[in-house]
Amino acid sequence: MARPPATSPRNARASGQPTARPLIGTRIRERRLLLGLRQAEVAQRASISAAYLNLIEHNRRPVGEALLVRLAQALEIAADELASNREEMLLGALREAAARGSRDGLGLSVELDQIAEFAARFPGWATALAGASRRADTLERRLVAMSDRMTRDPYLLTTLHEVQSAVTALRSTASILAETPEIETEWRDRFHGNLDQDSLRLSRTAQALVAYLESFEDDAVPMSPQEEVEAWIAAGQPAMAEATELATDAARAMARGLLEWQARDRGLLPDAALSQAVADAGEDSDDPGLIAARLGRPLDLVLRRLGMLRPGPWAQAGLIVCDGSGAALFRMPATGFELPRLGEGCPLWPIFEALAQPQLPVARLIETTSGALFASWSVAERLLPMGFSGPALSRSQMLVRAARPHDMRIPLAVGPSCRICPRAGCLARHEPSILGPA
Amino acid sequence: MSAAVDVLLIEDEPNIAEAIRFVLTREGWHCESWAQGIGAIERIRLLAPRLVILDLMLPGRSGAELLTDLRADPELRQMPVLLLSACGSDNLPAEADRTLAKPFANADLRAAVRELLAAT
Repeated sequence: MARPPATSPRNARASGQPTARPLIGTRIRERRLLLGLRQAEVAQRASISAAYLNLIEHNRRPVGEALLVRLAQALEIAADELASNREEMLLGALREAAARGSRDGLGLSVELDQIAEFAARFPGWATALAGASRRADTLERRLVAMSDRMTRDPYLLTTLHEVQSAVTALRSTASILAETPEIETEWRDRFHGNLDQDSLRLSRTAQALVAYLESFEDDAVPMSPQEEVEAWIAAGQPAMAEATELATDAARAMARGLLEWQARDRGLLPDAALSQAVADAGEDSDDPGLIAARLGRPLDLVLRRLGMLRPGPWAQAGLIVCDGSGAALFRMPATGFELPRLGEGCPLWPIFEALAQPQLPVARLIETTSGALFASWSVAERLLPMGFSGPALSRSQMLVRAARPHDMRIPLAVGPSCRICPRAGCLARHEPSILGPA
Repeated sequence: MSAAVDVLLIEDEPNIAEAIRFVLTREGWHCESWAQGIGAIERIRLLAPRLVILDLMLPGRSGAELLTDLRADPELRQMPVLLLSACGSDNLPAEADRTLAKPFANADLRAAVRELLAAT
């Protein structure tokens, strides 16, 4: 698995180049919090959904010029100021363009040390190149989204089935009432109740469907129930009573299950105890194993709680939890760590390595397709919900955080998932990439 | 079960099931219902209905899988089946005696049931 040495942030760090990407989402969030506004309020002002704003704030969705202007108005700030440091944004986009050239197997060796000079001497060309690279990113995302919709989006099929079921019940029931004037009062009242239920269900499902389809027109990537729940949880541990803003029954059921699961974990390792342990650990706070040892708690619990609470140095951490089949039970992305929209992750993710050897912790430095480096800690455990008589179930969790500059381990090159991974020659690949040669 | 069962309805949507049962009962047919794929074959075996109305999309085990099971069962393979489907007709299993696409008119449902029961 070839790495792009010329464009890797690892090399860039060594040569003193800045590696941080300009994170406009983070600035939007900071500005909103400064004004004391809720996501829903700002989202309404900017004519987008709260869930979508949440994705933007976590740097999981790009912000186009028109939306930037609307968000700036909503946040009572000049658009240029919100998109502060445009020069740094341009340099970041140029670095991404350079990384794309290497990763796409074009054999380019880009003069990263002259990138600032290039932008200063040829601002028009630099802007054009950055724009073309961004456009390519946008098209890749659209390609992935359209492919998902066409081939494996269960949400659309399920929602359409819900619509058809509600219409069927409405039609049959309404016909009964129209065709049976002598119907008994008890039956009539019952069918009126059913009509009310089904019409409500139909209107709710239709609204969700319209929002889903409109999100395609707006260039936004539509959210599956799982993504919807993840965005909702990422909005700040909301109470279940607020789950009404979730569009589908599936999303609400998933949210309920997740909150129950988190509450159990919180009961076993309360916020205050974990925050205190991280604060007391000093330099050891970088190692979840040492935190677990200090607390005398299982490592899997500590990984999950660090990923959910994100205390101190874990503020930008991400968490992925999967079952024995590899299906994601929960995904909270670390900033800059790319996750696939639907389906499985990269088979090389350490979370799956941990599944194969339960109870054995796996700590690896991993490198994403954009060249970003992340430290990861994984461990899997066996669960016996059916006792000794039933099969053991597995659960694995992986905590991910941007790598420290002094982390000199050899990184493992990973991707988001085979279908949208551009890495050529990967021995773990099980499916051709839709983004390029595999 | 005291009276012989004319129709066993296997449908997971409660309001659809209630409407169908009402329509068929008004016609004088004895109709029972079951709301999931799991256990449906055992229910058919137990009640021995003259006709099964089977929804295609069921939790646990799909209507298509149940139909395959029925046709492979020496005792049940002759059981008349009216399939209710939300799918296009291109993807429907061929083993059903009749299919009715959702949403359907109650008159069409009555006619289909009448025809299938008359043949038993």
